Amino acid sequence: MAEQKTRKFVITRFDPDVDEVPKTQEYEIPCEPDWKVLDAINFIKDEVDSTVSHRWSCRMAVCGSCGMMVNGAPKLTCKTSLADYGDTVEIEPLANFPIVKDLVVELEGFMDKFKAVKPWIVAAKEEAEVKAMADSDTMKGGTNRQSAEELLEFKQFSMCINCMLCYSACPVVANEPDFLGPAAIALGHRYNMDNRDAGEDERNEIFRGEGTVFSCSYANECSEVCPKGVDPAAAVNQAKFNAVIDWATGFVVPRGGAK
Amino acid sequence: MVEVFRHDVIIVGGGGAGLRAAIAVAEADPSLSCAVVSKVYPMRSHTVSAEGGSAAVARDDDSLEMHGYDTVKGSDFLGDQDVIQYFVEQAPKELSQLERWGCPFSRNEDGTVATRAFGGMTTKRTWYAADKIGFHMLHTLFQTSMQHDSVVRYDEHFVTKLLVDEGQIRGVVALDIRTGNIKLILANAVIVTTGGGGKVFPFTTNGMIKTGDGMALAYRAGVALKDMEFVQYHPTGLPGTGILITEATRGEGGHLKNSEGERFLVEYDYGVGKKAELGPRDMISRAIVQEIEAGRGVQGPYGQFVNLDLTHLGEEKLKSRLPFVLELARTYVGVDPVTSPIPIRPVVHYMMGGIDTDITAGTSMPGLYAAGETACGSLNGANRLGSNSLTECLVFGARAGNEAVEFIKGVSAANEDRLKAQGEEEAARIENLRGRQKGGEKISQIRRELNHTMEEGCGVYRKQESMNATVREVASLRGRVSDLKLEDSSKVFNTELIAALELVNLVDVAEAVAVSAAHRKESRGAHTCRDFPVRDDQNYLYHTICHFDAAGPKLSKKDVTLGTWEPEERKY
Repeated sequence: MAEQKTRKFVITRFDPDVDEVPKTQEYEIPCEPDWKVLDAINFIKDEVDSTVSHRWSCRMAVCGSCGMMVNGAPKLTCKTSLADYGDTVEIEPLANFPIVKDLVVELEGFMDKFKAVKPWIVAAKEEAEVKAMADSDTMKGGTNRQSAEELLEFKQFSMCINCMLCYSACPVVANEPDFLGPAAIALGHRYNMDNRDAGEDERNEIFRGEGTVFSCSYANECSEVCPKGVDPAAAVNQAKFNAVIDWATGFVVPRGGAK
Repeated sequence: MVEVFRHDVIIVGGGGAGLRAAIAVAEADPSLSCAVVSKVYPMRSHTVSAEGGSAAVARDDDSLEMHGYDTVKGSDFLGDQDVIQYFVEQAPKELSQLERWGCPFSRNEDGTVATRAFGGMTTKRTWYAADKIGFHMLHTLFQTSMQHDSVVRYDEHFVTKLLVDEGQIRGVVALDIRTGNIKLILANAVIVTTGGGGKVFPFTTNGMIKTGDGMALAYRAGVALKDMEFVQYHPTGLPGTGILITEATRGEGGHLKNSEGERFLVEYDYGVGKKAELGPRDMISRAIVQEIEAGRGVQGPYGQFVNLDLTHLGEEKLKSRLPFVLELARTYVGVDPVTSPIPIRPVVHYMMGGIDTDITAGTSMPGLYAAGETACGSLNGANRLGSNSLTECLVFGARAGNEAVEFIKGVSAANEDRLKAQGEEEAARIENLRGRQKGGEKISQIRRELNHTMEEGCGVYRKQESMNATVREVASLRGRVSDLKLEDSSKVFNTELIAALELVNLVDVAEAVAVSAAHRKESRGAHTCRDFPVRDDQNYLYHTICHFDAAGPKLSKKDVTLGTWEPEERKY
């Protein structure tokens, strides 16, 4: 294996009970050539300074815990190779979120936005019948049919791991913290595009409100930083279009009528 | 003063089993307040990492009986057959329900849910969402749970103690990680759904958070752990990191090859017969170790490995069925499975053992339930079949929720004064541990020693002598873990304090594993002892029950529920 390399990590430190503002602390450690950024932070935590706080768990880019700013750009640190960086690496908490401690940011605001888009299947009327079938003893009863094409309509938007990188990259979130934001809009749109769902009217109503889809400035930063290829910018654009069409049709056909 | 919060049901853990339980409680009676207390935001739970799929009978060529028999045989006849029958009956209903909640399952051409082959299963009964079923199941459950206002979440709260009064569960003590404050959360039913404890071992598919917390909480509260010696090694983990490469790779037709390029499961007799790569996990993991021992492994930077060859499946199939495997192999070992085989080796994946539960998900303590990997309802016996565990989360999560709702109806009011006194005592203990400068032991050092001895003593192949040595070593670590030195005295998001509490849980769980393993002098399922290579139904067809005791674990036995399928030689 290639040799270890010593690198310097400049890490944001902040304890709200002690510090007025965040400061930085430097650590020089030997790094293995195949390490991800997260491996270095874990090494510091385990062997050098156990007072550093950060979130992580799966280390395989699916739990979404370990998003941080690496040299100023939002990254999923378990998926980001150290080999792509120089001798000094700056690690900061995700931008556009309040800091809780060190590299840990406040997620409560995001969780509220997430819930605001009603991220669940709003059932159509026939649901009761489907359920009755499922509760019977038949093995195959009770599932919806969905074609590969119908699945494709929303599948991509269902791949979000809630890592929050898109909020860190979004110039609108930076100026307007209440903006519903890329991941939440993509999630609402994901359910709107699912043929099993009947909640599009309710969500379009939400999307037409203030600080949602129409606040988006088309910067496309969200899609560029997304580590899972969700393309939230596309979701926002589609949601915007659908919300307008839905609103316009509302003048012609009364709500609750044919769509 | 410790703040007090009151609910009707508390669920500890927000993964697949916990969220399913929460939805069950909310649907059964929306007037009941249901707390979900989790040390991470629910969508970070380790259910998220499951890849291959979730099992339930779905096809005309399948039957509940076949799913039941496969599971019993996979368990090496240590599964409880009444539990298995209940499980296979409920499985299709639960997965159908998950589909209606919006889980993006992969589909057949006619729009029905697609199923794939999996190890030890006679036919295709594993429902899948490409290779990310755990991620989609978790997010579907989490999002679905959000519509229920009666579900109250305590995100990033670490439960440090179960509150027991006069033998009955009355709630939990939780450390609010965000503030550092201790909370007393009271309810007359508690459901533990915290998952497994793979981090007892150094090389595991498990995430950092899998520290056996729920098992340790119940164990210390006087509820037994069951069958802890049975630790599943998944055959295909990436060397170095231990990242899981799903069994679906073999379900879709992938081959395991040794350094000679031979499909060793076909070329040599490892007991899997014509199933070859679709044999059960315990057998395939042993086969890989034997190949390496026979000098047919490949040398890599992290030791010997064998190859998982998917190149003949073609790029199109890999992209549509196994996109996550492509991403993982490319990102974490720099290999493109379209053109090159993936280096893999067996890796600790799952604990068949856990909190001793029955068919109702209930424990020996009134009001305390457990479901998912943290429980041992004896569905999996000595070896779990791949894709049964996610379904288990749903089936027994739902059952636990419904049972808890019934249980609380007849319960007398708690004596809150006594519970508050317990809470104050626990708060003082945690306060004393935070930033504890006077200790002499380092968290990472103890964890490393624990990991090392567990791998030495309780690996794929075990030896009596090394198991005994591990028992002694873990006992000594149990002493040392009470003398930790902590550097961080801050209150807000003090992850060193959490790591210290987790380490104690790891040691307790490890001790139960090692002691249970050292006592079982036979080879059954995942417990393979070189000194006793044969299964011994005469003397060991029973569950190992492990009770906590300050002087060290105390073992006893519990009968296996048979009835439908008589134990027979396990050969495929």
